Amino acid sequence: MNLKQQTPSQTIGPYFAYGLTPIQYGYNFRSWVDNKMSEDANAINIYGKVYDGEGQTINDAMIELWQNDGKNQLFGRYGTGTEENNQFSFTTLKPNSVNKQAPFINVIIFMRGQLLHSYTRIYFSDEDVLNEKDSILQSVSKERRQTLIANKTEKGYEFNIHMQGPDETVFFQI
Amino acid sequence: MSKLINNHFDMDIHPPYQATEYKSTILRASSKPLVITKKTLSELSGPVFNDFKLGVLDHDLTKNAIIDGEPIGERIVVQGKVTNELGQPISNTLLEVWQANAAGRYVHKVDQHNAPLDPNFLGTGRCMTDTHGNYKFYTIKPGAYPWGNHQNAWRPNHIHFSLFGGDISSRLITQMYFPGDPLLEYDPIYNAIPKRGKELLISSFDLSVTEPDFALGYRFDIVLRGHIATPFKNK
Repeated sequence: MNLKQQTPSQTIGPYFAYGLTPIQYGYNFRSWVDNKMSEDANAINIYGKVYDGEGQTINDAMIELWQNDGKNQLFGRYGTGTEENNQFSFTTLKPNSVNKQAPFINVIIFMRGQLLHSYTRIYFSDEDVLNEKDSILQSVSKERRQTLIANKTEKGYEFNIHMQGPDETVFFQI
Repeated sequence: MSKLINNHFDMDIHPPYQATEYKSTILRASSKPLVITKKTLSELSGPVFNDFKLGVLDHDLTKNAIIDGEPIGERIVVQGKVTNELGQPISNTLLEVWQANAAGRYVHKVDQHNAPLDPNFLGTGRCMTDTHGNYKFYTIKPGAYPWGNHQNAWRPNHIHFSLFGGDISSRLITQMYFPGDPLLEYDPIYNAIPKRGKELLISSFDLSVTEPDFALGYRFDIVLRGHIATPFKNK
């Protein structure tokens, strides 16, 4: 079978905001998606920062969340360039467990300096029982597993992404 | 059939995460091996756009930001087909594009290049593929611009593209280049692509796409990773 060659990836670059997240950054162009993935009363807040190899927060990353637990299909997108301390934040529904696996949200990360985007997952610190039995979480070494688990705080769930270093986030090939 | 397909990124075609000639990768590229997962329901799906209503001028960057006149520069029309690796068309998927103006200046507030902004050109737009996977948009040919990567560094003319396809593994952000651009050989972002992949990002001039007395035509076909012909329906 002759397969066509995949079109190569290139970086999102530093200037994506007026095209991909225009309303968030104050440009006069309609956004079709933002960080408010749910307006449900039970919606949760997920927030965090993206750190480079020197531990500096990255102010020009774009984060996309996608979740599908069979009941809810939700997509969100947000840049790290408008909130204090280069934070990202999303309002969404906590996903349900599928096939007895721990609930999670897919994360896609883009930034200047990334020629190819990265995939990771957000799991939840208050799902210990399911996390302990989750086949994908358990396939990751115990030391690194923590990088995939958002910590429940007073404000919601905190999920920081480290591109490099001792705390480098686990990124997936999917 | 599906077992014949390598559904991962083809790293003989995609640029690596670490490409030190492109200096921003040094502190931002992940360094540990990726963890391979089998796909679950969430990875086998992605946002669908059946209900998404484009603005009437979203696909025409020469008109979607007019204030008091036509944008300056060479009008072009860019057309192509979006398929999966089997060559099957990917219909009803969203393409988002953004670019510099004809003088090589981005509207983005961070861009400090000393070239004029064009009050009638925003430089962003979007369109959907039709049932045959075809897309088309109108714009102004973007200019080259200097950047701080190294002494006398210039980006070749390019248009940024963002696409979704059928599931989140087919997600792609890339850049379309123009044929014969002398800056390509000096560009570390373009040159990070392995040899086999490089030609795939260069659009071709196409007289049959060119609109008489109006705009030069360029063709740029896109192949998204995977082999799901129809986007997963999740509603």
